[in-house]
Amino acid sequence: MTDSYSTQDDTPPLLRPFARLGDIVLYLLTDLGRMGIFLFSALIGAFRQPFRFGELVKQLRFIGAGSISVIFFTALSSGMVLGLQGYYSLHKFGAEGMLGSAVSLTLIMELGPILTALMVTGRAGSAMCAEIGIMRISEQIDALECMAVDPFRYLITPKLLAALISVPLLTAIFDVVGIFGGYLAGVLLMGVSSGSYFNGMMQSVTNHDIRLGVIKSFVFALLLVWICSGRGYFVQRIRGAGFGAESVSKVTTQAVVLSSISVLIFDYLLTAILL
Amino acid sequence: MTRSSDVNTSEPVIRFREVTKSFGERRRRHVVLNGVSFSIPRGRTTVIAGGSGQGKSVTLKLILGLMRPDSGHIYVDGQDVTTLRGAQLRSLRTRFGVLFQGAALFDSLTVFENVALPLRERTKLSEQEIREKVMATLRQLELEGHEEKFPAQLSGGMKKRVGLARALQLEPEIVLFDEPTTGLDPLMTQEIYDLFSRTQQRLGYTAVIVSHDIPKVFDLADRIILLNRGEVDVFDDIEEIVHSTKPYIREFAEMTMGDMFADNSGKKGCSDE
Repeated sequence: MTDSYSTQDDTPPLLRPFARLGDIVLYLLTDLGRMGIFLFSALIGAFRQPFRFGELVKQLRFIGAGSISVIFFTALSSGMVLGLQGYYSLHKFGAEGMLGSAVSLTLIMELGPILTALMVTGRAGSAMCAEIGIMRISEQIDALECMAVDPFRYLITPKLLAALISVPLLTAIFDVVGIFGGYLAGVLLMGVSSGSYFNGMMQSVTNHDIRLGVIKSFVFALLLVWICSGRGYFVQRIRGAGFGAESVSKVTTQAVVLSSISVLIFDYLLTAILL
Repeated sequence: MTRSSDVNTSEPVIRFREVTKSFGERRRRHVVLNGVSFSIPRGRTTVIAGGSGQGKSVTLKLILGLMRPDSGHIYVDGQDVTTLRGAQLRSLRTRFGVLFQGAALFDSLTVFENVALPLRERTKLSEQEIREKVMATLRQLELEGHEEKFPAQLSGGMKKRVGLARALQLEPEIVLFDEPTTGLDPLMTQEIYDLFSRTQQRLGYTAVIVSHDIPKVFDLADRIILLNRGEVDVFDDIEEIVHSTKPYIREFAEMTMGDMFADNSGKKGCSDE
């Protein structure tokens, strides 16, 4: 595009702030609409043939198996901190017996789904965004479209399905390892009775609590793939992202931040609705 | 340098009618195509030329429906691309093959997998049939022995050849070439043009070439479309460019065609005297 052939803004100076505001609102609405169509197309892709089973397995390995070590250490340290903090707080009231209940409920309903989603966003979501962004700027996605291959079915759907399968399973692993961490800190280090730790947990955790954690993990999985893949997919249309490699790096950062914030906001909303 | 005298009478396969395309925010829009109309003849080679940023690649994307014009219509065999969506657009694209500027090969796939991709996705051929077809194409394009390599392990010229192999895999009616020789040395450039000539002769496709490689690419052209500041000039003979009276076309010819332009202008000057 040449600078020499361009149109100038003919809006009167006094009205320019309103025009600018209108531009921003229009951009945000367009972006939201674009992202909505993106999610719909990715979900519809699951029902289109040919189904890429091999790619789904590859993504399961990347998002799921590849995140296990990160999840394990995060869960262990979180569980141990919860065990120590819980013991310290409950000891003041002579209620150490409630430690198992406090640790397990916190992990199953809140920390498990949230920390798993944040860890997967940081590890796999950023990679997803960068990969798709690079495919976009190097015209690989255009090439798919030119071959009449649906890029949503080909690229996004396997990632989405893999995350929907992996994230709840990783959350379950997080919960179990976290509870074990709480046991290490509370029972083995601080001397709480093993029986009361597990008994408290079994008496207080209900199916409803587990269901809440599972629903959260599904929603977070959807959010993180939607935002991270979507930002990468539309890398060239994001205002202020720049061009080339710089745009991919900026958009990847933006995707991780946006995805993390969305997870936290939706955590509150889901808790408020489902609790 | 028209290779055939009946180009003007050839049925157009692609037609642009009053197409306008601009970029940028409302406050400062850059108009790339300003109500342009032209046609591309079937079975022939059309070269789209012009300076950087004049909308050459945008024109290709408009043809494919990868971008939408601000106004106007683009017809491919009478079908208005600007009104097509989803499955209809995908169906139209099955008629095209595209060689992208950077070849646009999939980094995570091998050469074989890249070339096989359109067959796996768009046909019901068995793996054995796909293998045979892909290997035959790789042999024709002298890529045999490289089928297990990844794009990062290939030279620029080889990437273009793999891109061409992929573009031609489904024997398209129309092939779009976006800067097919950019970044290649003269030998490799010649090799790509030879491959282009051979494959077009064999498959008889309509070719649209966007290129900076002037005057070399003009040797292949039946029609030349020059883009400049949002407007187009269409030539069916290179002599028309050389003898144009429009200042920017003369400037373009002088800069890009060097000796060829000087010789022809000189001759004209002599005859005038």
